[in-house]
Amino acid sequence: MSTHLAQDESRLLVPPPARHPADPAAGAGPDAGAADGRSGRDDRLDDRLEGLRIVPARHPGRWVATAAVAVLLAMVVSSLVTNDRWEWGVVAQYLTWPSVVEGAWATVRLTAVAAVVGFALGTVLALMRLSRSPLLRSVSWAYTWVFRSVPLLLQLLLWYNLAYLYPHLSLGVPFGPEYLWFDTLSVVDKFWAAILGLGLSQAAYSAEIVRAGILSVDQGQHEAAASLGLPRRRQVSRIILPQAMRTIVPTAVNEVIGLLKGTSIVYVLAYGELFYIVSVIYGRNGRVVPLLLVASIWYLVLTTLITVVQYYVERHYAKGALRTLPPTPLQRARWTVQVAGARFTGRDVPPGVPPAYAARARVGVLTRTSRTVAPTAGERA
Amino acid sequence: MSAATSAAVDRLADATGRVELHDVHKAYGTLEVLRGVSLTLEPGSVTVVLGPSGSGKSTLLRVVNHLEKVDRGFVAVDGELVGYRRRGRTLRELTERDVLRQRTRIGFVFQSFNLFPHLTAVENVVEAPVAAQGRPRAEVEAEARELLARVGLADKADARPRQLSGGQQQRVAIARALALRPSVLLFDEPTSALDPELVGEVLDVMKDVARTGTTLLVVTHEIGFAREVADTVVLLDRGVVVEQGPPSQVLDAPRHERTRAFLQKVL
Repeated sequence: MSTHLAQDESRLLVPPPARHPADPAAGAGPDAGAADGRSGRDDRLDDRLEGLRIVPARHPGRWVATAAVAVLLAMVVSSLVTNDRWEWGVVAQYLTWPSVVEGAWATVRLTAVAAVVGFALGTVLALMRLSRSPLLRSVSWAYTWVFRSVPLLLQLLLWYNLAYLYPHLSLGVPFGPEYLWFDTLSVVDKFWAAILGLGLSQAAYSAEIVRAGILSVDQGQHEAAASLGLPRRRQVSRIILPQAMRTIVPTAVNEVIGLLKGTSIVYVLAYGELFYIVSVIYGRNGRVVPLLLVASIWYLVLTTLITVVQYYVERHYAKGALRTLPPTPLQRARWTVQVAGARFTGRDVPPGVPPAYAARARVGVLTRTSRTVAPTAGERA
Repeated sequence: MSAATSAAVDRLADATGRVELHDVHKAYGTLEVLRGVSLTLEPGSVTVVLGPSGSGKSTLLRVVNHLEKVDRGFVAVDGELVGYRRRGRTLRELTERDVLRQRTRIGFVFQSFNLFPHLTAVENVVEAPVAAQGRPRAEVEAEARELLARVGLADKADARPRQLSGGQQQRVAIARALALRPSVLLFDEPTSALDPELVGEVLDVMKDVARTGTTLLVVTHEIGFAREVADTVVLLDRGVVVEQGPPSQVLDAPRHERTRAFLQKVL
């Protein structure tokens, strides 16, 4: 404030009336002092400021809110511990029960295969939808329409009853001779009925996600790829899709997590995935709540793993959009430990730690001129 | 820079690169953007197209590259029709694959650079010669680094576009276009998106390219560049060529009232 005033005054034709240092109109207080310091007496000011301790601002409202939430949290934890109806002993016993682990593994398999089928078919459907052929466009549209309209539960039961509609499947020339015959029941067992149901309905949703991603890529990128004469497939696979992935990944992971939990619907086919196994066990021993907890914990763990993968996939596809990638949690943890170590031992921060982190080794002391602080390894190099 | 003997760029001198436009018409909906443009660009010549905005300059370039299909008339590069194949008395529209093959002989430099942001500078340059022309990757990459050195960016070869300034990005884009060894290079207002102090470095690279014998067709507002480098200056207004000739004539002694009016506003 005062510095602005000083600059303005310097441009005035008529000099302002001289102000006595003690004049209250000149503005007493730290602001005015700072302005004075900047206009020629830098050294003395720095001497005065160097080494002063910085005290963080206080936030009483935040403290109250924090305390309230802490109490609520303590209540939840204590009820989890003291209420023995949770039967944590039973939970612990069944968490690693062989058939439960097998069920969790079956859930992972279902999710993985259905996600691959869903997104592969979904990408094809999205490209069909953006194609110039009206038939391909309509078929893709109709597919999405049908598979998004029929409830997943119904679709699963329909696929499971495929053998009723078509007792035999065959490979051959359309409307011509057939070469290979299969018994439908032997091919479409419970697992494949579940995959068909989950994967095909997933494809309908994935198609829209992939299409949205492709539409989000700048038109100039399509033109640049075309003007370089890149083959069409290469344009899509090398230029458009990698950029579309930035939009696709967050929504796609949402879908995969939905799919992971959606596999529990497959219990209607009596397929041995996590939820079916758990329901069989509590049907036998009556320990319903602890076993539901066991399943919840497994779903939580699996979702966490997917989320971790998501973080790294997103980071990978951000490379075209960000100047520098944000550090991974591992990098952040390592730097924090190194900085804390440096503060504790008083040694230099190791090289390779970015300046924003290295600066934290000196938190608490004003180091504007950095004269009192030993140069870090980076600065010396 | 002229001392550099880049194999990639020197070979361009052998290329031909005659461009003929004959009575080209193009409309977007009911809006007629080009209304009968005829131009001939001699091999190795530099042609600068001037004109007010909305006069059809960009469309003219996009038509040469077949990013836009003409409604009437034809465009030919080295006697080969762009976008069509002649069979006796019929003209067959080319499939996309053939159009893409044709485009590798016609480089395009965009106003907004359009580098691929997820690829490094050298990957941007390498992509098309490998994927579109099927040349061996190692050979192309060596050449790409040479090209980047030629546009003064040897040390930025492994940076991504977001890490480069506008002028640097545009120079990478020029290197990317040159890597296909085109006989014709189209520039669509290559310096319009740049800060004034970055314009010079891009124009210098363009002057260097002009000396290699590639046919250049440049839409720009840089009158100085036109005066210094162009063989022909074309003034386009409302979709027709108002005046064309050597810069000394069009810029200094324009014959048409509309040319005079335009130059007065620009200079």
